[in-house]
Amino acid sequence: MQATATEAFPHSGAHAAHHQEAGFLRTYVFSTDHKMIGLQYGFTALCFLLFGFFLMLMMRWQIAHPGKPVPIMGPMLASLLGNVAANGIISPDLYNSFGAMHGTIMVFLAIVPLAFAAFGNYLVPLQIGAPDMAFPRVNMASYQFYVLGGTVMFFSFFIPGGAAQAGWTSYPPLAEVVQTNGQTFWLIGMIFLISSSLLGAVNFIATVIQLRAPGMTWMRLPFFVWAQFVTAFLLLLAFPPLEAAGILQLMDKVAGTSFFLPTGLAVGGKLAHISGGGSPLLWQHLFWFLAHPEVYVLILPAMGIVAEIIANNTRKPIWGYKSLVYSVLTIGFLSFIVWAHHMYLTGMGTKIATFFQTTTMLISIPSVIILTCMFISLWGGSIRFNTPMLFVMAFLPMFGIGGLTGLPLGLSYSDIYLHDTYYVIAHFHYIVAPGTIFAIFAGIYYWFPKITGRFMNEFWGKIHFWGSLIFMNLIFQPMFAQGMAGMLRRMADGGANYSGAKTPDTVGGLSPFIMGLHTWILWAAVGLALVQIPFVINLFWSIKHGPETHSDNPWDSTTLEWQTPTPPPHGNFATAPLVYRGPYEYSVPGHERDFTPQNEPDPACEPSPA
Amino acid sequence: MDIPYTVEARPDTGLYNAKVGIWLFLASEVMLFGALFSAYILLRVGAPAGYWPEGWLNVPLGTLNTMVLITSSITTVMAWASLKMHQFGRFKLFHAITLLMALTFLSIKSYEYHDKFTHFEILLKDGRFADGHIIERAPDHIVIHGRIVNDEKALYNLHEKHIQLKEVTIQRSQIKSMERYGPWHNTYCALYFTLTGLHALHVIGGAIVIGFLWGPGSKLWETDPERFTNRVEVSGLFWHFVDLVWIFLFPVLYLL
Ligand code: HEM
Ligand SMILES: [Cu+2]
Repeated sequence: MQATATEAFPHSGAHAAHHQEAGFLRTYVFSTDHKMIGLQYGFTALCFLLFGFFLMLMMRWQIAHPGKPVPIMGPMLASLLGNVAANGIISPDLYNSFGAMHGTIMVFLAIVPLAFAAFGNYLVPLQIGAPDMAFPRVNMASYQFYVLGGTVMFFSFFIPGGAAQAGWTSYPPLAEVVQTNGQTFWLIGMIFLISSSLLGAVNFIATVIQLRAPGMTWMRLPFFVWAQFVTAFLLLLAFPPLEAAGILQLMDKVAGTSFFLPTGLAVGGKLAHISGGGSPLLWQHLFWFLAHPEVYVLILPAMGIVAEIIANNTRKPIWGYKSLVYSVLTIGFLSFIVWAHHMYLTGMGTKIATFFQTTTMLISIPSVIILTCMFISLWGGSIRFNTPMLFVMAFLPMFGIGGLTGLPLGLSYSDIYLHDTYYVIAHFHYIVAPGTIFAIFAGIYYWFPKITGRFMNEFWGKIHFWGSLIFMNLIFQPMFAQGMAGMLRRMADGGANYSGAKTPDTVGGLSPFIMGLHTWILWAAVGLALVQIPFVINLFWSIKHGPETHSDNPWDSTTLEWQTPTPPPHGNFATAPLVYRGPYEYSVPGHERDFTPQNEPDPACEPSPA
Repeated sequence: MDIPYTVEARPDTGLYNAKVGIWLFLASEVMLFGALFSAYILLRVGAPAGYWPEGWLNVPLGTLNTMVLITSSITTVMAWASLKMHQFGRFKLFHAITLLMALTFLSIKSYEYHDKFTHFEILLKDGRFADGHIIERAPDHIVIHGRIVNDEKALYNLHEKHIQLKEVTIQRSQIKSMERYGPWHNTYCALYFTLTGLHALHVIGGAIVIGFLWGPGSKLWETDPERFTNRVEVSGLFWHFVDLVWIFLFPVLYLL
């Protein structure tokens, strides 16, 4: 039994007997296999990522050239969406829809499904040595809810009045009084997406608790698994309050209640016909109680990916594994008590603001510890600069910029000025775009050989990397300057109304330089779009034509997902793996190879059942 | 391929998978209802003094419903215990009572809902308020069983002893506007319908699962009794949670 543990298995696998020939539908659409579900999530979410990016391109055109028809895409928008895009010009209403949906799609339909659901589904069972998730059918249901939610969101563009217009944050009363049913669609879509995440979270946690292979103790879990585990807890406990808020807002929209509508609300100059008595602040609290943990849902899985790739490509154990684990647990806990740092401007009073400033400063400590451990891990390694590693190396400083620029936002004194400006946009995009998305790219290049048995093209991978790195920075760096100059976010004219050109005799109007950065950013965004083309082609082309790996463990990795056939069959392991050692035994002195897989028998110790 | 610990407990955690799953799910449910209760507190604290309804719900009926759910919780435990003692017949009996209790609860709840939806607050042209259930609708007038008050505030506290309801005829020409006691009526009604509605959905969901395990799903008892017992246990845990939510809802909405 142990003899087979280290070696690659024959591709047919002992499972052929169990594995009845399943039809197309069972294999690709209604699959309960965690790997197929992971791939489904990955593919769908990549499509949404592209779609969300496309919305952003349209918006960038509009604010760089307000009121001018969109080139190339304009006629299509006009014919698909009608009046709101008359003559191919993006109206303010459409701009608001695009903005709200860009945020919603990127967060809930692209990044979380990629970083958590796709990578997590594919890798967590493999890395802990399990045959599948604990509840395969729940897993399938989770994906189906996700698709349902995505469909509702997508079709809301085409209803009369168009999609939701009040931002991904959907603050009432605005969200409820905008003249479109898009908001109702948004709420229903969100309820589906939340249900999907909850099912996924239950499944992930149960899987990690129950299905670890014999010998896979908690402190032998790869850091990626820890990151996913904490992420799942964040989703499990933070999403329900948003679900509650979503239900309440839905009641406001369809049952005429006033949970979030205050007494005396006037709409269009007339007193609204409502019972009143509601509280707009209630929504903000419930929303941010989810949405702050949510931002860690966006980043923790990325950190997990980064840790795996660093260990593998420095050929060295991750520095400070235990600190990483405790840091990620601390982040998980603290992220539930920082939410009101998004609400300093709501008149919360200095005492409460002090509390949230303190917790916000505290939470940056474990984040810094994690980043520091990753940097120190590079020290003295003989680094292999392949495409995944390049993306990871870029992740570190980019995440650093994003995190450090968060500190001034966490202090109410500076946030009162910076709140709702482009500075905030730059802050979190540095974390999510050249941060999380780079980690996702790295993960795709890194695990692609396990899924397909082929590498992706290195040359085009490097083009993709350098192009993305340069253009991402050209896009987001100027936004810091714009924000500090006082440019607000979410303005359909990009701030033209506040420009010095429009109101020459006011002090503090936006200067031509600051306004001109819009054009700069637009072309950088177009550049970013262009360098994604090699990636998309590379991704599909390499499935059939990439260089073959000739090994089940082409990167010489220690973790269990590489100790399986390629691609892993249904049930993953031919014989249940036994785990003898920690996840990062690279370059152990005295060993013949520079990596020792977790399931390589250790004569000195027997695997314990836990 | 078999997933480990679907039936037997994992030695180091002492739990089988579904039990871990249901506890996690219940944790998320706690957060869901926790958020709703927080919403209740925030909105209630923010309401203007004297305008939070008191005594609007029927306490005897609410108490009865509380008893009904507690009974169902007991029979749920008994049903599971019967399976543990290999007494399938008693399981059937106890869960039949559980299902009956679920049905009773929902019937009483629908009666209460119906009562609210047929209750009207009528603003008269002279500035007074008529309030009550309509018992007759004619082309030129309506008859309500209720009362007329000068100040809307008088409608909010029904704890006062001297309230007398009688038949009042109101000319349609006198009516300025009418509103049912639906969720749109005021913040209290909104909370009442949303919280109890969501709870009722949980009751329905739980009853469907228990009904399935009681009916067609019980065939599993013959082939895999241990697994079946686990299913009954897990659905029972959910049912207890649903009861627990009601134990909080009842005082918050009926008594406070
Ligand atoms: C490391 C420490 C961090 C600190 C101190 C911090 C602080 C803040 C603060 C105070 C705000 C509110 C700014 C405002 O609206 O005025 C904010 C916004 C935001 N942060 Fe961070 N942040 C940190 C890390 C992160 C991470 C890891 C993410 C993950 C993606 C993230 C994503 C976001 C997002 C999405 C927003 C904008 C939400 C919106 O208003 O639409 N932040 N951050
Ligand atoms: Cu935050």
